[in-house]
Amino acid sequence: MMALAETGFDLVLCAMIATTALLAIGVRDQFGAVVLFVVYSVFLGLGWLRLGALDIALAEVALGAGLTGLLLFGAHARLPASVPVPSGRAVWPAACAAGGSGLALGWAFLTLPEPVGLQEAVAANLGTSGVENPVTAVLLNFRSWDTLIESIVLLAALIGVWSVARDDAWGGQPGLRQHARHGGVLANFGRLLPPIGFMIGVYLFWAGSSKPGGAFQAGTVLAAVALVVFMGGAMRPPLVTARWLRLVCVAGPAVFLAVGLTGAASGVFLGLRPDLAKPLILAIEAVLTFSIAASLALSVIGPPEDPEDHV
Amino acid sequence: MTLVLATIVGLPFAAAMLAVIFGRYGGPLAAAAVAGVAVATAALIVIVAEGQPVTIDVAGWPAPLGITLEADGLACGFLAMATLVMSGVVAQGRAYFYNTGPERRATWAFWPLALLLWAAINAIFLSRDLFNLYVGLELMTLCAVALVAIEGKAETLAAALRYMLVALIGSLLYLLGVVLLYSAHGVLDIGLIAARVTAPTDILAAALMTAGLAAKMALFPFHAWLPPAHSGAPAPASAMLSALVPKAAFVILMRLWLEAVPDLSAASLLALFGTLGTAAILHGGVMALRQNRLKLVIAYSTVSQIGYLLLVFPLAGGASAAQPGAADAWKGVVFHALSHGLAKAAMFLCAGLWMASVGHDRLEGLRGQARATPITAFAFGLAAIALIGLPPSGGFTAKYLMLTSALASGQLIWAVVLLLGGLLTAAYLYRPLAMIFAKADAAPVAVSRSQQAVPLLLAGTAILLGIASSGPFELFQIGSPWADIEGLE
Repeated sequence: MMALAETGFDLVLCAMIATTALLAIGVRDQFGAVVLFVVYSVFLGLGWLRLGALDIALAEVALGAGLTGLLLFGAHARLPASVPVPSGRAVWPAACAAGGSGLALGWAFLTLPEPVGLQEAVAANLGTSGVENPVTAVLLNFRSWDTLIESIVLLAALIGVWSVARDDAWGGQPGLRQHARHGGVLANFGRLLPPIGFMIGVYLFWAGSSKPGGAFQAGTVLAAVALVVFMGGAMRPPLVTARWLRLVCVAGPAVFLAVGLTGAASGVFLGLRPDLAKPLILAIEAVLTFSIAASLALSVIGPPEDPEDHV
Repeated sequence: MTLVLATIVGLPFAAAMLAVIFGRYGGPLAAAAVAGVAVATAALIVIVAEGQPVTIDVAGWPAPLGITLEADGLACGFLAMATLVMSGVVAQGRAYFYNTGPERRATWAFWPLALLLWAAINAIFLSRDLFNLYVGLELMTLCAVALVAIEGKAETLAAALRYMLVALIGSLLYLLGVVLLYSAHGVLDIGLIAARVTAPTDILAAALMTAGLAAKMALFPFHAWLPPAHSGAPAPASAMLSALVPKAAFVILMRLWLEAVPDLSAASLLALFGTLGTAAILHGGVMALRQNRLKLVIAYSTVSQIGYLLLVFPLAGGASAAQPGAADAWKGVVFHALSHGLAKAAMFLCAGLWMASVGHDRLEGLRGQARATPITAFAFGLAAIALIGLPPSGGFTAKYLMLTSALASGQLIWAVVLLLGGLLTAAYLYRPLAMIFAKADAAPVAVSRSQQAVPLLLAGTAILLGIASSGPFELFQIGSPWADIEGLE
């Protein structure tokens, strides 16, 4: 009976994912398309949850629905109300390419054997990795080189976002001035949500060593907290030239790299001695959480735009 | 040894992070990083030249659990080329992106972006892990896109946006291929992939990865984004974008088909690669002939020169399709990539100097520059010799090796393409050269002599690569799939 209910739920979920995806592409109304995209991301997150990939579910909901949705709403607000709908000619090749790759992937899915993966190797070495959560062990120890570069990718994205600022606005506050109605929903939530969000973020970081969670998930939640604070008008973002702000963004990757190079000096690049692995991983993740939060929030807010905004 | 490899990737990262915080010291930080990496690369080459590639397991976890970095002869060659190009970029960049007053946008952003781009490329040259290569590609692409947009003009923003869309689709295709390989075999290391039992989905995976890499290296017909992007960026950025970025994607492509999945290369696939390469050579060359701006000529020349790289696949073959001249084709294409990288960076830096003194890069404006800026004109001439493939340049060694390989395997068609391509290169470089060396009174120059000499270092090395070719020739053999085969001398 339980199995039947689960299968039913999964079928409904699949149908919802496909339907919202199709609607998000098909709907003519811009705002509606963004809303549908956010809904689609939430369903997708549920899908990952059903597959037992809690970490990916967290990332999908926070990044896909949350931050990407916010970016799309921002883009919608800037576009003129009537954007011409793409002509049919542009749509058909795209549909064919998507359909073709979909079919090829479907074939591959049916052809592939049961995935072999590296779960056994990960499990066998978890003991000396310093953490109990296999995902964290992979990210911060077994394949820490990937994660170090990924954390630098975030920094590069922020530099890239800032590098398209207007020359005369450089040195000002990032993003456009926010106008939250005093006593309105945004202004109130901007004061109510941050403490709760902050606690969730810190918990996710702490949980990461033994359960799903970790620096990236925690950083995303904290970034959302910062965005709510800025958008609700409770605080204004700091100046782009503020040295402390740049320190916060750089600190995570910098500590990570410093640990890596210290390891290299004693023989193993990014090597973590088993007895020191846990404190080192926690230290890296702690600093990384704040760097990720700052870089993500600032990337979403955008470059400084107001030439009058120098303080 | 660990420390040497860690320095090569870690030092540019560290310098980039410091340049983010201390915005006004980006130039000196980059210069320090170039000096440090140059020493480390030289040490690495000395060690690898003894005959064995240098391998380290990052974090102490061997593949398949961890990531392996390996410096073979090919990686050493590309690392050295990147360091040289970066030294030229830093030398000219310090004149472009330098300020004494309050921090400005472009002078701040250029240095971390350039350093991160370089670090990503070094990481790609060394990595043996297909997913780690994806991460490197991501970082490289983001920095490259931002560098295209750094002038802040509407047209460069549009070029950057188009580049980003193409490059991100490329990233996703590549990643999809990696996912298929991983789900079929449970490993990501190139060496372990090579030892796998072929699965039916492998060809789809390789095709997806190839399409993704082709978009990133602007291989015909995915090249339309390149000329506006490379010609719109400031000259030091263009030098990096043209000399280094396509090479990083190509190194992955080469490692994929010749090292990871050589068993998949069927004759028809190899011919398809060769045909695409030929189309790139011809189309890029003809388009370069038709441009009236120097930077566009050089950018279309990149489209054309990337085509030669693709000829390595039919010339070398793979597994059952392996050709008798394979070892020479491998080394020839490495010579070509390095020589093109150095010559193309030199050309963009020359164009930057002339733009600084003339104010634009229309070809007729270059009239008489040989008299006004003799050192720069000489450098441009040397770079042209290397690009056309005239002796005694590195470009000549490249063409010679590839021709030998084509003749050894009886594939005359690719020999004809090589010769035609050389003629076409000479034709489209004739116009800028004729203008530069025309007798005319050019306006006085506002560029210092030391700045004028920067491109000469790069162009000179491209020539030197041909004169002293025996050392690199031996080096590129080390760790190659044909390490134990003596090439044709």
